[in-house]
Amino acid sequence: MQEDTIAAISTPIGEGAISIIRLSGPESISIVNGIFKTPDNHGLIEAASHTIHYGHIVDPEDNSIIDEVLVNIMRAPRTYTREDIVEINGHGGGVPLRRILELVMRGGCRLAEPGEFTKKAFLNGRIDLAQAEAVIDIIRAKTDLGSRVALSHLKGSLSKEIEEIGDEIIDIVAAIEVAIDFPEDDLEDVDISNITDDLLGISKRLSHLLDTADSGRILRQGLKTAIIGKPNVGKSSLLNLILRESRAIVTEIPGTTRDIIQETVNIKDVPLILLDTAGLRETGELVERLGIERTLEALEEAELILYVVDSSTELTSEDHDILDRSVNKDVIVVLNKIDLPSITTKETIRDLLKEKGRDLPIVQISAKNRSGLEDLERVILEEVFKGKSLSGAQDLIMLNVRQKDLLERGIKRLNEGLDGIERGLPADIIALELKAVGRILSEITGKFIDEEIIDRIFSQFCVGK
Amino acid sequence: MEIYDVIVVGTGHAGCEAALAAARMGCKTLLFTLNMDNIALMPCNPSIGGPAKGHLVREIDALGGQMGKNIQKTALQIRRLNTKKGPAVQALRAQADKKRYFAVMKYVLENTENLELRQGLVDEVLVKGSQVAGVSTNTGSIYHGKTVILCTGTYLKGRIHIGEVSFESGPYGQFPSLRLADNLRSLGFEMVRFKTGTPPRIDARTIDYTKMQKQTGDRLLGGFSYEEEESLTQELPCWLTYTTPETHRIIRDNLESSSLYGGWITGIGPRYCPSIEVKIMRFPERERHQIFIEPEGWKNNEMYVSGLSNSLPEDIQTIMIRTIPGLEKTHITRFAYAIEYDCLVPTELKLSLETKRIDGLFTAGQINGSSGYEEAAAQGIIAGINAALKVKGEAPFILDRSESYIGVLIDDLVTKGTEEPYRIMTSRAEYRLLLRHENADIRLSEKGFRLGLLSPPRYKEFCEKKVLIEEEIKRLKTSEIVPSKEINNALESIGTPPLKKPIPLAELLRRPDVDYRAVDILLPSEFKLSADVIHEVETEIKYEGYISRQLNEVERFKRMEERRIPYDLDYSKIPGLSSEAIEKLEKVRPISFGQASRISGVSPADISIVMIYMEEQRKGKRG
Repeated sequence: MQEDTIAAISTPIGEGAISIIRLSGPESISIVNGIFKTPDNHGLIEAASHTIHYGHIVDPEDNSIIDEVLVNIMRAPRTYTREDIVEINGHGGGVPLRRILELVMRGGCRLAEPGEFTKKAFLNGRIDLAQAEAVIDIIRAKTDLGSRVALSHLKGSLSKEIEEIGDEIIDIVAAIEVAIDFPEDDLEDVDISNITDDLLGISKRLSHLLDTADSGRILRQGLKTAIIGKPNVGKSSLLNLILRESRAIVTEIPGTTRDIIQETVNIKDVPLILLDTAGLRETGELVERLGIERTLEALEEAELILYVVDSSTELTSEDHDILDRSVNKDVIVVLNKIDLPSITTKETIRDLLKEKGRDLPIVQISAKNRSGLEDLERVILEEVFKGKSLSGAQDLIMLNVRQKDLLERGIKRLNEGLDGIERGLPADIIALELKAVGRILSEITGKFIDEEIIDRIFSQFCVGK
Repeated sequence: MEIYDVIVVGTGHAGCEAALAAARMGCKTLLFTLNMDNIALMPCNPSIGGPAKGHLVREIDALGGQMGKNIQKTALQIRRLNTKKGPAVQALRAQADKKRYFAVMKYVLENTENLELRQGLVDEVLVKGSQVAGVSTNTGSIYHGKTVILCTGTYLKGRIHIGEVSFESGPYGQFPSLRLADNLRSLGFEMVRFKTGTPPRIDARTIDYTKMQKQTGDRLLGGFSYEEEESLTQELPCWLTYTTPETHRIIRDNLESSSLYGGWITGIGPRYCPSIEVKIMRFPERERHQIFIEPEGWKNNEMYVSGLSNSLPEDIQTIMIRTIPGLEKTHITRFAYAIEYDCLVPTELKLSLETKRIDGLFTAGQINGSSGYEEAAAQGIIAGINAALKVKGEAPFILDRSESYIGVLIDDLVTKGTEEPYRIMTSRAEYRLLLRHENADIRLSEKGFRLGLLSPPRYKEFCEKKVLIEEEIKRLKTSEIVPSKEINNALESIGTPPLKKPIPLAELLRRPDVDYRAVDILLPSEFKLSADVIHEVETEIKYEGYISRQLNEVERFKRMEERRIPYDLDYSKIPGLSSEAIEKLEKVRPISFGQASRISGVSPADISIVMIYMEEQRKGKRG
């Protein structure tokens, strides 16, 4: 019996200097071999059991290096699951880790369900009776958590959109199927070539979704964040506070386009890419050194703006200016220096915002006393996942890798279907392909499409003797 | 004391197939009919086949059943449907001569070894403990049997409704079976009340065909049966007309007097077979509905008015039907009616169609909540086979969803139950690209032969056909066609690009504008291949990518189907299972994890928990 190969990040995300992705199943070695390069070019296929290999994870599509890693090979049956296991030890959490997970999934394994490694271990006779009940608890608990997260996502715009698209697909499939199953009824025949436009539209919408599925993309790539404000409001102190207090500084990537130095910090597992931190750090004050131009540039590029206001001074026309120029951005107002006697208060700012017709979150901090950072982190998360509840960042991240994978597969299958129409394939095959797309999408929304199609046939078409 | 191996109750389409299968497998079989003059009755439309239904008929035939041969012999016309909609959904539909259909089936039953026919009304299933023992009739006779198959159709507590009038009756003027349903209830079976209906029949002499569109058959050679190749020398046409706004007005004005809208009917009717009242109320924007006039046979003036099923009072029916072009002066011979009947909740059954409650008691056909002659016959042959296997002490015969529509039908019923009379559809089959009506023999003949239902000569013929297909596919894949001026000219003449380098014939055949005939002319096969074989070869090659994709899916599917669950597993003892899952699993008692995963209300987590529990038990026993 050929079992699936599964993979998961097996270390807590955002903690510790090393993180591990673990694969289990008959194809684990060959999948990792496909994305792994050793200095002496020895492959993993022949590698002996229980050996460690140094090398790099490389994206086979463009040969770019993702991470420097150690790979452990453990061959069946002397492993935890009694299947072939490969563990990839990489550097910390963040972007590379998720990229590696995406690569192995592209290579043909699927994301492990909660508790699945342990389940395999048990089913393959690796762990004993006493542990069985614990396994059940894990499965039950994690699944409940997972479904909670899934549920909260269902309320999100992403899932709503996918549901709508799924619905459209069901409509199209039902129209094809009813003509197939009731060929002698008085129905308009579906001309397959006529549905091409609809399908192209759906394909575009899905691709767009993939590009802009905000939380998912942010979790993978990071959120571009700028700290902005008038001189002397405490921007650099805020930066230093964030850098010092956030648990892991992941990478320091030299900017390629504008000499902007970016720094990534993790706020509760959400990577923030802080724009032009070099400027802030070296001189203390961006605006002083480079003037308003540079501020505007950062403001332009940022997706999230931390707008710092000094509570011990008055608001000025420059504050109006900053607000006016950030109309289309997510902005958090950071009211700093609350340790000093306050002149500008939350209320003052609220009045200003009201005047501007805006409603922005306001956080009070004291960079000097290191207070208020937790509030700020919480508000940042709220901004990132607007309207979505966070029941556990780890589950959320997994879900998003999964969603992305499903979306990509859905789009691929849909485009194959379009291709089929182009090549003149008949209705029954096109309907099967579209059903497959629907089924893939339904894994995101959790709706079973097969029954829906049949319901749709009977509710929308007048058939029968 | 005489003991039958198998007692079959009912001679509808399910009962006939069940009795024939059991008798042909060597079991001493007794077949009860309510009326020796009404065997294999078609109380509704005089047609067999259509998408998925026609597939079922071919599968029955491939297993060695009777329906395909019978319709082939008695067809008034045969049409090939969905010819341009793809390889998987092409299907045959035949109009049947009802009386001949009956006569031919009766003759076959009468001349089958091990099979006895008897007229009688069975009132009770006799049970010893939880084991079936036989049946008793309304005249007090007792018959002993090792197994019993109930194929009672719409007869159980049958009640006919016409307007406000209703009376106890079987379909088509037959006796109802009034006591058996109560007997089944007292045995503990969960029952449900369903409803169906039939349109009026009219006198052919009173139809003005000039106002209708004529529809003839496709004059096909062979078709439904792999064996019977009798071709139609003479055809009868069908006729097409439409309802008018006046028809709709009359129905709307008299809605309250229809049994359905007047609230006289409580049974659940099928969505796919709405009566004309329902169509008009649910689709008010439609200005007309199609009416299909179907002949019921040679030397038979009755015509079936498809599309006009209703439960209106008789006088309204007459006024209403006369608003339809061509039917202005028509005379109704039999009025439309709705019929309610009792049936089993099909989750009472195992996949073998044996009931879970009573050992040796099987049910097939409309008693299981299905509708349609073909659906009934398909269940009939499976129940007959399994009763025979039970008598012989052998394991049940179960077809799965990946190998047949029969498997889809039975698995749907038994695993998911049904909220309405169940109809098979191609859209219900996940692997329909593999379940073509042309390859039913490839899928099932081997099995039919092993069961002893397929004769050795026919099996030999099948094996030869299979080899021819395999060899020809091999040839097309391995022989290359080398471009020459002549060949490229020929290719361009049929509108396909010339070759630049040698390619396998199969690759050429995959081009949308190239068919087998063209390939065969360019590089002929040494064998003279039949149309059947060619069709199969062409499909397998042209759609190979999609077929192999489905084969991969089937492999995954089979993995879960092969992971067995013991029938007597005590789900209530499994820690961690939700109470909904326990209830559903106890009701359905799936035989495999695959089947379990199709039960609504059973989550993937529940499946994992059961898997772990079973493993734990296994280790516990061993340790």
